Amino acid sequence: MTKTSPALSAGERALRFVMPVVALVAATAIWESIVRLNGLPPYILPGPFLVFETLIADWGTLSESLLVTLRTTALALLLAVTGGVLLALLFASSRLVELSLFPFAVILQVTPIIAIAPLLLIYLEPNSAVLVCAWIVAFFPILSNTALGLASVDHNLRDLFALYGAGRWKTLFLLRVPAALPYFLGGLRIAGGLALIGAVVAEIAAGTAGRGSGLAYRIVESGYRLNVPRMFAALLLISLAGVAIFAVLSLVQHFTLRRWHESALDREP
Amino acid sequence: MPAAAPAASLNAPLAAFSGVGKRFPNGVLALDDLDFSIRSGEFLTLLGPSGCGKSTALRLLAGLTEPTEGEILRHDADAREIGFVFQDPTLLPWATVAGNVRLPLRLKNIEGQETRVDEALALVGLEEFRNAYPRELSGGMKMRVSIARALVTRPQLLLMDEPFAALDEITRFKLNDDLLTLWRTLHCTVVFVTHSVFESVYLSTRILMFTPRPGRIATEFTIEAPEPRAGRFRTSPEYGTQCREVSAALARVMAEA
Repeated sequence: MTKTSPALSAGERALRFVMPVVALVAATAIWESIVRLNGLPPYILPGPFLVFETLIADWGTLSESLLVTLRTTALALLLAVTGGVLLALLFASSRLVELSLFPFAVILQVTPIIAIAPLLLIYLEPNSAVLVCAWIVAFFPILSNTALGLASVDHNLRDLFALYGAGRWKTLFLLRVPAALPYFLGGLRIAGGLALIGAVVAEIAAGTAGRGSGLAYRIVESGYRLNVPRMFAALLLISLAGVAIFAVLSLVQHFTLRRWHESALDREP
Repeated sequence: MPAAAPAASLNAPLAAFSGVGKRFPNGVLALDDLDFSIRSGEFLTLLGPSGCGKSTALRLLAGLTEPTEGEILRHDADAREIGFVFQDPTLLPWATVAGNVRLPLRLKNIEGQETRVDEALALVGLEEFRNAYPRELSGGMKMRVSIARALVTRPQLLLMDEPFAALDEITRFKLNDDLLTLWRTLHCTVVFVTHSVFESVYLSTRILMFTPRPGRIATEFTIEAPEPRAGRFRTSPEYGTQCREVSAALARVMAEA
């Protein structure tokens, strides 16, 4: 009953698909022509075709590194979800815990991860250090969004639950958790991108110490060897991974909320 | 003369306010020295200007907040079995119509849920919408779901806080009539809060008029109407006369304040 009119949505949908493609093709063409017209050597700026060729030629090494980075990101995100949600539930059940622990969460969040990474590399084995870095960056949006959601329950609904004598657990699971779901999913979408950033930053920090095998390490390594096309190829893969993570989490959000939440509804034209 | 409930139980007090005062934590005195009783089977309306504390009186009656002075007596165990309808439908957006109506039963761990849910949905005429989500319903239908949810525990006391204030007039008139039918068939007691003189005269057997803040009872009306009331009462001379009387009293109360 809330569908957009077909004519408008067909044109709109075509436009949504066509415009980004046109813009992307145009940008690539401009990039290639700048390289060719100025005769730039590949170690200054490789053209997009050379980057693509390198991507295919080095796929063996690069895909392995991509998997490493993706595995770190996914694991960090999983831990961030577990930790962030559990901590948010703890905050929601005890104001005292919230007041005492929230400052720590904020400190972890505002301290630049690039500054924490070298320290973690002293105490932890590189792979664990990278994972912890990615986790630190990813967990805050989950924690703060979920905590906000758990606290943002309609007052009349709270009264209704009180009227029927609902205890703390029933109120939590039948009211506060579902009410927090849209907030949590919003946090998750941000955290997915941040987990990748955290992993990349920590890999670079670890890579400078001569270890690691993720995509970011490939960039550093290729930089030392002046293999600029390969730097671009690895960078391209990181971007694509970020886009894919965002798309997957957006889909999760859409399908979880589509039956009831405002954010997932089609608007009347 | 209300013919809704058996005459014997009609005058029996179900609950009573005795010297009840309510001061909010911010120092505002919402209610002052409130004394009245709720008789079994009546349709009692608390009428008054916005902010006069009538909603607070309803919340006190529901036990959602405690009085700062006086006490609320619940004479009958039935008076603890309460249905509450808020001004907004206040539905869980993630649950279907049936899920929303089932909620009080889940919260109170009552068995035999599905039959009761079906009954409650039938009372408000929403059987066909049991699997719809709240966002798919109109404002009037959402309010019906809210009423079904309040009725599902079969309460003796139904408390309604300006439930139809946000609805258009045609929907409101329809729901007024449906509410009267429910009240007659279920033999329950209704305490209804409104700021509409016309709505209060149309629905009630008795009206308590509140003064502006701090809310006290200024005066009381008993509404005489042929039962069962139907749309015809709305256009009758008796209705007009009583609306005029209540309006005049309200004007006096507002002038004195």
